[in-house]
Amino acid sequence: MQRRSFLAGTTALVAVLPLASAHATPESLQAAIREVVGSAALREGKVKIDLPALVENGNTVPLGVTVDSPMTATDRVKAIHVFNEKNPQPHVYTATLGPGLARADISTRIKLGDSQKIVVVAETSKGEFWTASADVIVTLAACLEDLT
Amino acid sequence: MRRLALVVLAVFAATYAFAQTADKRRSGYADMDASVQKMQDDDTANPAMLWVQEGEALWGKPVGSANLACADCHTPARLGGMAGVAARYPAWSPALGRAIDLEGRLQLCRTLHQKGPALADESRELLALTAFVARQSRGQPVASPDDRRLDATLRSGETLYKRRQGQLNLSCAQCHDDNAGQKLAAVTIPQAHPTAYPLYRLEWQALGSLKRRLRNCLIGVRAEPYPYSAPEYVALELYLAKRAQGMKVEAPGVRP
Amino acid sequence: MANVLINAPKSVKKGQAFEVKTLILHPMETGFRPGTNGTIIPRNIIEDFVATYNGVELIRLKLSSAIAANPFVAFQVAVTESGTLAFRWTGDEGFAIEQSVAIAVE
Ligand code: HEC
Ligand code: HEC
Repeated sequence: MQRRSFLAGTTALVAVLPLASAHATPESLQAAIREVVGSAALREGKVKIDLPALVENGNTVPLGVTVDSPMTATDRVKAIHVFNEKNPQPHVYTATLGPGLARADISTRIKLGDSQKIVVVAETSKGEFWTASADVIVTLAACLEDLT
Repeated sequence: MRRLALVVLAVFAATYAFAQTADKRRSGYADMDASVQKMQDDDTANPAMLWVQEGEALWGKPVGSANLACADCHTPARLGGMAGVAARYPAWSPALGRAIDLEGRLQLCRTLHQKGPALADESRELLALTAFVARQSRGQPVASPDDRRLDATLRSGETLYKRRQGQLNLSCAQCHDDNAGQKLAAVTIPQAHPTAYPLYRLEWQALGSLKRRLRNCLIGVRAEPYPYSAPEYVALELYLAKRAQGMKVEAPGVRP
Repeated sequence: MANVLINAPKSVKKGQAFEVKTLILHPMETGFRPGTNGTIIPRNIIEDFVATYNGVELIRLKLSSAIAANPFVAFQVAVTESGTLAFRWTGDEGFAIEQSVAIAVE
């Protein structure tokens, strides 16, 4: 069997993820971020995003967020907001951090319908906003699932 | 003359040693992204453990008209534990006179020993119990039984594996033997080892059996999947187990 | 049966950070997917996750449809006295699950 014909024949196997009717857009992403930050300055830094660069399946993508902060009573991270660019809605999650948290370090798993950008905004007790973003490429699953 | 014999012997020994170490078999685990490998490795983060936990609860729950729990009969003193059991399946069932897989074995205990209704194929309960039993073989080598009664099933499994089928007219072997390691779209074609089942597939967002995985591949080549109860699955499962003989059981695994 | 997995140490050193990991069985149906008959499958997600220690809130997450099925949440805690680490998940269709574990400070 020739490899070329093999691969050509099998592209039919590629499942296409259902397209959502609505999509968050770079504009709705910006609007969602503005809603959180208001008129305060948004500075790059302090936030670290742990996200694989390339994922085979967007259904369950591990996402780690850490913020560089002493986490003392007077100087800590109060909230972490996670946004995405292309899922149907721009919000992923918002975490409110109490004083009992030892570190600003949260792990979750998220869904990504498409390759896109993830933006994280951290809000400190001093009223500062720090941000970082990460890009992720989502490839598709190969074999179809039956719907029966 | 003597020297030649020694050389021949040395070459033979080297080739033999090479054959011993050059096991080209690799689990689908090896092709996964590190983040997914981590999910499988850590029991406290592996979503399949939700099913294992449920299976453990079901293991202790009396059911059927016998009102017996799995735990009532399968005590260390009476029938022994479940360690290494999953590594031996599919196996011959004298009661049924045919090969059965681990799910089939559990169903037999449900109907024959607990005297209750069989569980639905691919149901949460059946998957949970299977995962709980299979988990106890994790790390053990696949030990498909050397049992002459399984020969016919094994042969039919091999035939099915090598037969072209579906609208795409492809055999399992064309993908998983001839093209394993190659990319199909963005996915690396694995060697199709059954060592991690039942497993949590990110695509399914749930635990699923090896049968469900095989159904996905059948649908992939545009073939009509056999019904869950079809003997074809057990035959394929047996052939896959023989191919994976000695590889480590990973159940319950995680796959994309 | 509440199908929840909690991983936290049974005993810890005073003030020393430790990780808490949680998993819960839930479909996290997005509300954007068409079903087999073409109509949209209604949203069914966990919206709120709260963890407290001896009644004091440690962390609260407002979740969206973009959280994967069978939600996993992990975070780092430090405590100074023995007590109860409690969790509560609430969401669509009246979903409400509570679970707790005891932690001893050495
Ligand atoms: C009334 C006693 C009884 C109950 C209850 C029972 N079993 Fe069994 N089980 C047996 C016996 C006896 C065997 C040995 C084969 C045979 O005779 O059927 C066996 C065999 C097995 C085996 C295969 C072991 C091997 O080494 O191949 C598995 C797996 C198993 N049982 C799982 C279960 C599970 C899971 C449950 C609960 C859903 C259960 N059993 C309930 C009596 C029981
Ligand atoms: C067109 C190529 C193709 C054919 C034909 C095919 N498969 Fe697959 N199979 C795949 C791919 C690709 C995957 C991995 C899917 C993924 O990761 O999304 C896979 C996965 C598997 C796995 C899971 C391996 C693991 O690590 O969990 C098994 C087992 C398997 N196939 C068995 C079979 C059997 C048996 C047949 C024949 C009935 C078959 N496949 C036919 C492409 C194929």
